[in-house]
Amino acid sequence: MKLLILIGLILLIIAVHQLLRIIELSREFRKTTEWQVTNNDNSFQGKIMLLFGIVFIALFFYQIHLWGDKMLPTSGSEHGVHLDALWDFNMYMILTAFIITNAILFYFAYKYRGRKDAVAAYYPHNSKLELLWTSIPAAALTFVVIFGLKSWHEITSPSTNPDRIEIELYAKQFDWTARYAGFDKKLGSTDYRQIDGKNMVGMDTLDATGFDDIIVKNEFHIPVGKEVVFKIRSRDVIHSAYMPHFRAQMNCVPGMVTEFKFTPIKTTEEMRKDPYVVNLMKGINELRAKKGEEPVEFDYQLMCNKICGASHYNMQMTIVVESEKDYKNWLLKQPRFKKRVASK
Amino acid sequence: MANAHSADLHAGHHDHAHDHDKHHESFVSKYIFSMDHKMISRQYLITAMVMAVIAAIMSIIFRLQIAWPGEKFAFINAVMGDKWGKDGILDPNAYLAMVTIHGTIMVFFLLTGGLSGTFANLLIPYQIGARDMASGFLNMLSYWFFFLSSAIMVGSLFIEDGPASGGWTVYPPLSALPEAMPGSKLGMTLWLISMTLFVVSSLLGGINYIVTIINLRTKGMKMTRLPLTVWSLLITAIVGLVSFPVLVSCVVLLICDRSLGTSFYLSDIYIGGRPLDNVGGSPILFEHLFWFLGHPEVYIVLLPSLGISSEVISVNSRKPIFGYRAMIGSMLAIGFLSCIVWAHHMFVTGMSPFLGSVFVFTTLLIAIPSAVKVFNYLTTLWKGNIQFTPAMLFSMGLVSSFISGGVTGIILADSTLDIQVHDTYFVVAHFHVVMALSAIFAMFAGVYHWFPKLYLRMMNKKLGYLHFWLTFICAYGVFIPMHFVGLAGVPRRYYTNSSFPMFDNIADINVVITVFAIIGVTSQIIFIFNFFYSMFRGEKAPQNPWNSNTLEWTTPMANIHGNWPGKLPVVHRWAYDYSKPGADKDFIPQTVPLAEGEEDGGGAH
Repeated sequence: MKLLILIGLILLIIAVHQLLRIIELSREFRKTTEWQVTNNDNSFQGKIMLLFGIVFIALFFYQIHLWGDKMLPTSGSEHGVHLDALWDFNMYMILTAFIITNAILFYFAYKYRGRKDAVAAYYPHNSKLELLWTSIPAAALTFVVIFGLKSWHEITSPSTNPDRIEIELYAKQFDWTARYAGFDKKLGSTDYRQIDGKNMVGMDTLDATGFDDIIVKNEFHIPVGKEVVFKIRSRDVIHSAYMPHFRAQMNCVPGMVTEFKFTPIKTTEEMRKDPYVVNLMKGINELRAKKGEEPVEFDYQLMCNKICGASHYNMQMTIVVESEKDYKNWLLKQPRFKKRVASK
Repeated sequence: MANAHSADLHAGHHDHAHDHDKHHESFVSKYIFSMDHKMISRQYLITAMVMAVIAAIMSIIFRLQIAWPGEKFAFINAVMGDKWGKDGILDPNAYLAMVTIHGTIMVFFLLTGGLSGTFANLLIPYQIGARDMASGFLNMLSYWFFFLSSAIMVGSLFIEDGPASGGWTVYPPLSALPEAMPGSKLGMTLWLISMTLFVVSSLLGGINYIVTIINLRTKGMKMTRLPLTVWSLLITAIVGLVSFPVLVSCVVLLICDRSLGTSFYLSDIYIGGRPLDNVGGSPILFEHLFWFLGHPEVYIVLLPSLGISSEVISVNSRKPIFGYRAMIGSMLAIGFLSCIVWAHHMFVTGMSPFLGSVFVFTTLLIAIPSAVKVFNYLTTLWKGNIQFTPAMLFSMGLVSSFISGGVTGIILADSTLDIQVHDTYFVVAHFHVVMALSAIFAMFAGVYHWFPKLYLRMMNKKLGYLHFWLTFICAYGVFIPMHFVGLAGVPRRYYTNSSFPMFDNIADINVVITVFAIIGVTSQIIFIFNFFYSMFRGEKAPQNPWNSNTLEWTTPMANIHGNWPGKLPVVHRWAYDYSKPGADKDFIPQTVPLAEGEEDGGGAH
C-alpha cells in the first residue's frame, strides 16, 4: 500500500514537472509575457472584487441572523444593562463605518479597474478633505470617550452602599472558593503561610473575626437587588474571575486583593423564564440530546479567563441568584470556619 | 551635508562595484555570512517563511482540537508523537504550548523579524539610493542573532517538558514557577533566552536602519521625497528602539525571579504544596513592562505593512498616494501614540481604574490617524487606473482587514466594554484581523511586488491570483465568525469549550472556523510553490516591471555589490508622480529632473 502511494507520488511529481516544461516552452511562442496584467485580468479581478464585497457584507448579516440568538442573554446585573446600551451605541457606529468603508473599497476596485487607454487622475492632496476626515472620527470618538468613561467611573468606584454584601472569591489551580463574612459582617484576615489541607484559603487562625466566616465551593448564592462587592484573591498564578452573564470580570492576582462590584437584578429562576433564555436553552438541549447528553438548565457561571495551566478550561463555579430570604436561609445552613476546622 | 559626506564615504565602495567581477566571493561570504543588504533580506525572508510554516501547522493542530474536542486525528499523532498526542488526541498542556508558540512565532519571528528584516534590508538602501546599509557587519550580526533566536525557539519544541506554554504574553507567576505547569520549566528558560537574542537582533537592525536613512540618502533625496515605505520603516525602527529594551529588562527580571530567587513579580504564593518565600513583588509590574513593548510591537508590525501597501497601492492605481504629508503625519502620530497606550491591555487586571481612564483616552486617539490613513487609501483608489497585480490585490485586502479589525478596536479601547470581552475570542478575532491579517497581506504584497528585485524573476500571476482569493476568503471565513464566539462569552485559550454546557451551541461556529483555517493554511502551498518555482524558473524580470518611480527599479537587474554600477542616482522629485498631467508616460521616475516651471509633488499648496 505504502509502495503504491510512493509510486503515485513520484508519478504525480513527474506529471507536474512535464506540465511545467510544456508551459515554459510555450511561453516563447506567445507575444505577451505571462506576468503582465492584461485588460482581461483587470476587468475580471475588478468584478470579483465587487462580487466579493457584496457577498462579504451579505454573509456578515447572514451570520448575525444565524447566530444572533446564540449570544449571551440580557444582563443579569444593573451596570450590565448600561454596558449593553453603550455596547449597542458603539456597535452601530462601528458597523456603519465598517460597511460604508468596505463598500467604497470594493466598489472603487470595480469602478476604477484598469483599462489600457484609461488615464488616472492626478490628485495628490486636498487639505479640506483631510481636515474633514480627521474631524469626523475625532467628533465621534469624543462621544465614545465621554459615555465610556462615565460608565467606567460608575462601575469601578468603590462601593459606598452601607447595605452591601462583601464576598471573597479565591482562585487556585483549578477551582474557586467563595467566602462570606459571618455574624460580625467582617471577613477575617488571611495569611498564605497558614494554608494547609484544612485551611484551604489561608485563613489567619489567630484572627477571631474569621472564625464565623463561611467558606463554600462549587456553588455560591447572592441575593437579588443587593450590591455585592467581590474581594478577589489568588493562591498561585493569575486567574480571572469572569461572570459573563453579569458583564463582570476582574483578574485574581497573587499578592493583592482586587475588587469588582455589581447588583444582580434577575434571580436564576427569573432568568430561566426569560423568553430569550428559554429559546437559547432549548437549542442547547436539542444539541445535547443528539450527542446523548443530559439536558441542562440555565445557570449563572463563574469561569476563569486568564490562562492558568492545564485545566484552565474547566475552572467553574455556579452562581445562584435568589430572593434575600432564600439567600439568608441558604447562608445559615453553611458551616462556619472555626467549626469546620474543629470538625475535621 | 550629510549627502556629500555619504558620497565621500562610499567613494571606495563605488570602485569596489567595478572590481566586482575580479575578486571571487566564497560561498560562505556570499550566502552565509553575507554583509550585503540584499542577501540579508533574502535570509530573513526564508527564515521567516520556515518559522511561519511551523506556526501555521500549530494553528491547524489546535484548531482541530477546538472544533472537535476528544476526536482522534492521525495527523495530530503523527506530528505530536505519542507523548503529546496520544491516540491522536492533543494533550491539554501541549494545546497551551501550541497556542503559545504559535503566537510567539507569528508576532515576533514572522511579522516583526521577518517583515521588517526582509523589507527594511531590501528597500532602505535601494529606495534611498545607498550602496548598502550603514554597517554591513552589524546588519549581518542582526540576522545571525535572529537566526540563533529562531533556532532556540524551534529547539525548545523538542525538549522533554515541552516549550513555554503560558501564552505568548508569559505572565508570571505562571511563567515563573516550574510547579505551575510543565511548560514553565526548561521550555520557559529557552523562550526567555530566545527573546533576549531576538531583541538584540532587533536593536542591531533598528539602529542600522535609522542611521542609514538619516545619513546615506543620495543627492536630492530630501526627507519629503522619501517613499512612504522608507518613512514607515524609519518610524518602526525608532518605535522598536524605544520599546524593545524595556522587554529585555522585563525578561531579565523574570529570569532573576526564576533562577536567582528574587521577588520582582512574586508575592504570597502557595504552590506545589508549600508556601514560597517570595514577598512584595507584583505581577502587574510585569504586565506594565511587557505591554510597554507589547503594544508598540503591534505597530512595529503594522507600520511597515502600511508603508508597503501605500507604495503598492499608489503604483498600481497609477496615482500619487493621496495626502503624502498626512500619511507621514499619521504614521508619526501612530508611532508616538503607540508608546503611551500599553495599559489598555490591563483594564481588568486590578490596575487603578483612574489609570485605565487615561489609557482609554490615548488609545481612542490612535483611531484618528488610523481613520485618516484609511480615507487616504480610498481616495488614492478613486479615479485610479487600477492594475490588479497580486501585490495590489493583497494591498487592497490589507485596507479591508485594517478597516474590519480597526473598528472593533474602538470597542476594546473602551474600558467599560472591555470588561465584557477582555480575553474572549472577540479579542482574538480583533487582533488577528487588524494586525495579523493586515501584516501578512502586506508581506505577501511585498513579496509579489519586489520579487523581481529579490530574485530577478517574476512570480506567476495566475497562481498569485488563486493564492490571494483563497487566502482572503479563508482569512475572513476564520475571523469574522470568531467575533461571534467571543460575543457568546467564550474565553480564549480553553482546551475545550465542552466543560460549559452554555457553550454547546457555538460548537458549529468553531467547526466553520477550523474548516476555513485548514483550507487557508493548505492554500499557502500555492504560494510556497510559486515562490520557489519562480526563484529558479520564473520569467526573467525586466528593468521596471510595474512602471514604478522609486530608485530600486533603476538598478541593473543583477545582484551586484554596491547596487549601482558607476555613480549613485540623483533624485529630483518625490516618488509619486504617477499620471502627472503633461508627462509622456503615466510615471516619472525620481531620477528625472523637474521640467521648467514644474512643481515637485507632495508639498503643501
